[in-house]
Amino acid sequence: MTQYETVIGLEFHAELKTKTKIFCSCPTDFSAEPNTHVCPVCLGLPGVLPVLNKRAVELAIKAGLALNCQISHLSKFDRKNYFYPDLPKGYQVTQFPLPICTNGYLIIKDDAGNDKRIRINRIHLEEDAGKLVHSGTTIATSAYSLPDYNRAAVPLIEIVTEPDLSSAEEAKNFAEMLKLTLQYAAVSDVKMEQGSLRCDVNISLRPQGQKELGVKTEIKNLNSFRSILRAVAYEQTRQTEALDNGERIIQETLTWDDDNGTAFSMRSKEDAHDYHYFPEPDLVPTIVEQDWIDEVAKELPELPQKRKYRLVDQYGLSDYDASTIVNNPVLALFFDRVLYHYDDPKTVANWLLGEISRLVKSSEEEIEMISLKPDDVAYLLTQVKEGAINNNSAKAVLEEMFQTGKEPDAIIKEKGFAQISDTSALQDAVKAVISANPQPVADYRQGKKQALGFLLGQIMKATGGQANPQAVREILINALDNE
Amino acid sequence: MAISISQVEYVAKLAKLKLTEEEKIDYAKNLSAVLDYMEHLKEIDTRNVVATTHVLPLQNVFREDVVKPGLPIKEALANAPDQQDGYFKVPRIL
Ligand SMILES: [Zn+2]
Repeated sequence: MTQYETVIGLEFHAELKTKTKIFCSCPTDFSAEPNTHVCPVCLGLPGVLPVLNKRAVELAIKAGLALNCQISHLSKFDRKNYFYPDLPKGYQVTQFPLPICTNGYLIIKDDAGNDKRIRINRIHLEEDAGKLVHSGTTIATSAYSLPDYNRAAVPLIEIVTEPDLSSAEEAKNFAEMLKLTLQYAAVSDVKMEQGSLRCDVNISLRPQGQKELGVKTEIKNLNSFRSILRAVAYEQTRQTEALDNGERIIQETLTWDDDNGTAFSMRSKEDAHDYHYFPEPDLVPTIVEQDWIDEVAKELPELPQKRKYRLVDQYGLSDYDASTIVNNPVLALFFDRVLYHYDDPKTVANWLLGEISRLVKSSEEEIEMISLKPDDVAYLLTQVKEGAINNNSAKAVLEEMFQTGKEPDAIIKEKGFAQISDTSALQDAVKAVISANPQPVADYRQGKKQALGFLLGQIMKATGGQANPQAVREILINALDNE
Repeated sequence: MAISISQVEYVAKLAKLKLTEEEKIDYAKNLSAVLDYMEHLKEIDTRNVVATTHVLPLQNVFREDVVKPGLPIKEALANAPDQQDGYFKVPRIL
């Protein structure tokens, strides 16, 4: 049986985080009533002129920088012509020969866990289409379509990779890393389930060792990482069986049906593939000089890859802990903010991934919604370090901070969590325990050192757990050895 | 450069135009004449000419990202051939 090699390229559409559409001043938020965020420009009424949103250009440049691209000095817009009711003008304004960014890459893990560089061919700016609501449950059973043009002309970037991916897992890894990078760069909301990040997969097989690429199919409508995994696996199996049976693969576009785990052909759109692109005469070229790129670069935070290296190499966190923190930008920011006031990365990571994550999980809130303040957490950890409160009390204080938003100091005072480090108070407690437990004291003095633990426990009990264990230990040993 | 009838039919299909047989012959002739005329451009040496991206001597015409009110829904739908519940209503296209 022939062994096949899978070749995968990905295309992503990400909605840019602008307030307004790409060529008009209509708002971009999607929660509005249908057709209430429209104007003559985005409805394609005759006689209107589009004007490019500067912020959309900046966000595209920012995405390009985050994805290691070259930013084009000259880019321009073109019309992609086709008729479909989600497109009011009869064409989509996009960038064809001169996109805003080219030649980028992202590093992901391959199936063996090694770093693999996936090249990005281009990023171009374009406008989104409207949404079609159907009168029936599916388009096929509907008598007519109901377009809502609120989303029409919302700015998008399309990111196109080279066919450098060779498995479903790699495709998923790339999608995750891309999403995270765009999230850190604050370029897009990247919510796959809401459609602000969409993924299409191009996939072909070729006999192992063959240089020439096989015929590819394109799978659309993948709105989760899981559906990317499933769709690639499905198409790998389908193409393998077809090739083994001597069939030819037809180049076509498939729609992924996540409910049934199958892909079906969108044959009817097949001859519409000739888009007769031509230059958009209503928009002038965009020139990006280096100083503009430098300005945009200042907005970029530390990106996930670099951030992870910092956590592992500089702070000595485990790969797993570093990934858990970095994979959640809100958590990562929280980590950095606590660290700013309390310079012990391992302790901060332990609290963040332990107690704080537990509290977040049990509250069923998103971490971005919690009222816990990073500098309060840092203060609490400092109190533990200085012996003012013990670890268990700190957990209780943290929980109270989490529930009520109160400051740690107030809670410590209120609940009487402060550790007794006052030597005279501790000496009294030690004396009392020694006189009440003659047998263990005698045992200890005869060399049974384990009796010490029992006596320590008694003192902690007598002080309601608030004695500073380190101080108690010193006083007790001193008393036992010298009296 | 002659445009064939099948090329006319293809372009008409993309443009969603219905043409009679006479019109197809007519368009094939006319479009061929237009393209033949454009062939004259090949006589010019353009090796040192940068490709034109736009005919206006303008670049970087931008808007700031500031929201302005659009059309009230009544006006937005005023020219719609048909409408329903605030939506345009169109034949479904598979
Ligand atoms: Zn508009």
